[in-house]
Amino acid sequence: MLEAAGVPLIFESGQEGRANRYFERGKPLENFLPPRVLRDELPLPDNSELDVVRHFTQLSQRTFGIDLGFYPLGSCTMKYNPRVNDAVATRREFADLHPYTPDDLAQGALAVMYELERSLSSLFGMTAFSLNPSAGAHAELGALLIAKKYFKERGETRRDKVIVPDTAHGTNPASAAMCGFKVISMPSNARGRVSVEEIRKVAGDDTAVCMMTNPNTLGLFEEEIAAITAAVHEAGGLMYYDGANANAIMGYARPGDMGFDLMHLNTHKTFTIPHGGGGAGHGPLGVAAHLVDYLPTPVVVRDESGFRLEFDRPKSIGPMRSFWSNFAHAVRALAYLYANGSEGLKRVSQLAVLNANYLRVKIAAFLETPYPEVCRHEFVASAQRLKKENGVRALDLAKALLDYGYMAPTMYFPLLVPECLMIEPTETESKETLDGFAQALETIVDRARKDPAALFDAPTTTVVGRVDETRAARQPDLRWRP
Amino acid sequence: MYAPHTERDVEQMLQAIGVASLDELLAVPEEIALKEKLNVVPALPEYLIQRRFDQLAKANDGVEYRSFLGAGSYRHYVPPAIAALAMRGEFLTAYTPYQAEVSQGYLQAIYEWQTYICLLTGMDLADASVYDGATALAEAAIMALGATGRHKILVSRAIHPNYRAVLRTYCDGLDVAVDEVPFTGDGVTDYRLAAEMLATKEYAAIAIQSPNFLGNVEEPSPDLTHAASASGAIPIGVVAEALALAALAPPATWGAQIVAGEAQSFGVAMAYGGPYVGFIAATERHMRRIPGRLVGKTVDNSGRTAYVLTLQAREQHIRRERATSNICTNQAHCALIATIYLALLGQTGLRDAAALNLARSRELASAVANVSGIRLPYAAPFFNEFVADVGRPAGEVLAALRERRILGGIDLGRFYSELDSCILMTATELTTTGDIDALAHALAEILRVPVHA
Repeated sequence: MLEAAGVPLIFESGQEGRANRYFERGKPLENFLPPRVLRDELPLPDNSELDVVRHFTQLSQRTFGIDLGFYPLGSCTMKYNPRVNDAVATRREFADLHPYTPDDLAQGALAVMYELERSLSSLFGMTAFSLNPSAGAHAELGALLIAKKYFKERGETRRDKVIVPDTAHGTNPASAAMCGFKVISMPSNARGRVSVEEIRKVAGDDTAVCMMTNPNTLGLFEEEIAAITAAVHEAGGLMYYDGANANAIMGYARPGDMGFDLMHLNTHKTFTIPHGGGGAGHGPLGVAAHLVDYLPTPVVVRDESGFRLEFDRPKSIGPMRSFWSNFAHAVRALAYLYANGSEGLKRVSQLAVLNANYLRVKIAAFLETPYPEVCRHEFVASAQRLKKENGVRALDLAKALLDYGYMAPTMYFPLLVPECLMIEPTETESKETLDGFAQALETIVDRARKDPAALFDAPTTTVVGRVDETRAARQPDLRWRP
Repeated sequence: MYAPHTERDVEQMLQAIGVASLDELLAVPEEIALKEKLNVVPALPEYLIQRRFDQLAKANDGVEYRSFLGAGSYRHYVPPAIAALAMRGEFLTAYTPYQAEVSQGYLQAIYEWQTYICLLTGMDLADASVYDGATALAEAAIMALGATGRHKILVSRAIHPNYRAVLRTYCDGLDVAVDEVPFTGDGVTDYRLAAEMLATKEYAAIAIQSPNFLGNVEEPSPDLTHAASASGAIPIGVVAEALALAALAPPATWGAQIVAGEAQSFGVAMAYGGPYVGFIAATERHMRRIPGRLVGKTVDNSGRTAYVLTLQAREQHIRRERATSNICTNQAHCALIATIYLALLGQTGLRDAAALNLARSRELASAVANVSGIRLPYAAPFFNEFVADVGRPAGEVLAALRERRILGGIDLGRFYSELDSCILMTATELTTTGDIDALAHALAEILRVPVHA
């Protein structure tokens, strides 16, 4: 009953003066400031603490997270978020540390950043990382700014093209456009890979960067990667590694050894930082030796007197954010590295790939898997045949999964696979969980064949049914009004 | 490792897949296979992880000092109810609410955040958050570039130096020039000069921060507003101390069409610089240029109120290189924290907090001004921070304060060479009279000693 009524907006409750006593009553603001600079009104509701606690507790109950169930969202690496990470990251000595604290009084925080940076550099074969960027897309932007500056200094300003395969994440071309680069889309071959012949055809003296992810968003390893990076280098271009899928390669291969010059990591994916409903993220940006001087500022360095933030770096592209890093997330990522060590991280990748393949084989028994070979951390399935024969789309399968208590996989991505479901189970899920999910999906596919119409209304057990997105876009209502 | 697999599980699963070993599954071409030993921090059991971070945490003596640091990151009181709610696993472990039916709670919270930001800034709409205040300014500038088709941005030199630096980083990529308007001897933007510069009609935007980096409340003249409007430049208001919005007239008052800011003050930890939460709010006409996620209110298939991510045609996953921004992951969890903060405080609590900031900073200003050798150079109204001129290199005075376990503020010479004898000092509701007395006493002691020749 409660569900049908929904949760009223916080603005629809409360009474002026129903205030919580976090502070003593302040003097009227006119005592401190001339009336001409003061605001006329502040139309925010006053609610009791209990009412606010109930409101947000109810909202939490209408939100699905990893803590509630399996979350196989492809390319998002929704693995368990260990609570010890939060325990150490929210310690007072980190939480209350002001970013302008002098270096000698923040040695512990700087040591966290330094240890994380050194560990990531070794793990991924890069010379150095910057912890400045706030998310993967932010690091992509940083990397492309580095490439732009690098070529400008070399007098190669005609390099204005960025090659992006169709198996790349959508942020890649968007980041390229933010640096004024033209995007060349590169189709993948029948095996779902970028072919070195195609790269050779496209790469030339106008190529700035080629952006790839390996394994790619089909979950497939680009075996020709060394030849591809060599071809781009031969043409004078730089190679960029999108680390969104790094969970598949730790302890087996490193972007640096594959020939990449630049890369990012999403520590909120690979290193278990809570995704928090869409952020904050953390996107360390790694570079090979010839690009270290271009990293965003500041960079953490170590000398005889200890750790310090270095700002004076003449070749740097400059800072990318207000302050040094999403530091609390650097703490979480380092805690995760301590929980694993290098052997543990190798095991993480092994089990992530094991889980993905196990689930792929189970699902292939009742749904098309367009690339039927060993995958890495994720794989794609397609509802194309189901759509043709029964009119049931990937969207319908995804929505039906919600009724079974599972988060839906990533849908309709990558774009080259029609009716795509992109599934990434991660290593923290048990065999039983994978069996249960495969069973549920099989039941849904079975229903789709027998009674397709029933799926068009799914989900039916959630607090709301299918949401009218068209109306939301045509009649935008983006805020409450008094 | 946090993986649940038993050896038996692994065997059964390998068998089901039809491969002999994990190494076979993860094999890569020999030429790129990892050969060297990795140099990663050692694996520790959980109780020793806690011990290691105990060491690291305690090596930050700065948190134990009396602090007058602000300048874009502020120490404010955070009610415990915020952590109790925000750290609930449902919120913490969700991702971007692509599946609206199982994400109604988070979507509604973001809709409430968007509303709070509109109410505070006086704008028509706000996005679901951007990384922080500096990137908010950069994204706002990109909106203005798109709206005007121009290639130059005008910013006040009294905007946070880090925000201006980030703006320059972004604009370098777009081959866009950033020009600066100086500030006057009163510590506020030179509005007259700004109006003259705008008359060239070359600028896509004029950005002004209030309170500005020197702590002063900006009061752009009607002439400047007219000049911006006549030149076709879009006025951008910048906010680095969001709590000031509880007291001050919102930027819309002087004609801002976009407001870019930082909401760390609303319950988000200082955490040595992040994560924080940037916001972008704008007038209706900029709706389709606003970057990042937007949540809209709609209905479900049986007419019930529902919330959903909307206007996604602006975004990277649909539009790729034609998107309004590359932003994907934002700062949702920090925005949730800020929303809970605003809900708990309400208008009464926010006004009380603002009044306490005003009172304590004035107490601090008068204590500091009473110290012989210190002068407060500006007469403009301020919120919770201000400039003190100590008459000798600020760095030396701050170092001497540090020996007395006091972080006295920011050495402004670091950002403005002509202000190298000036310190930016901040007091919030958490600053005590004891703190203020200790600082004033220490300053008197330090300044009593003559400057070395």
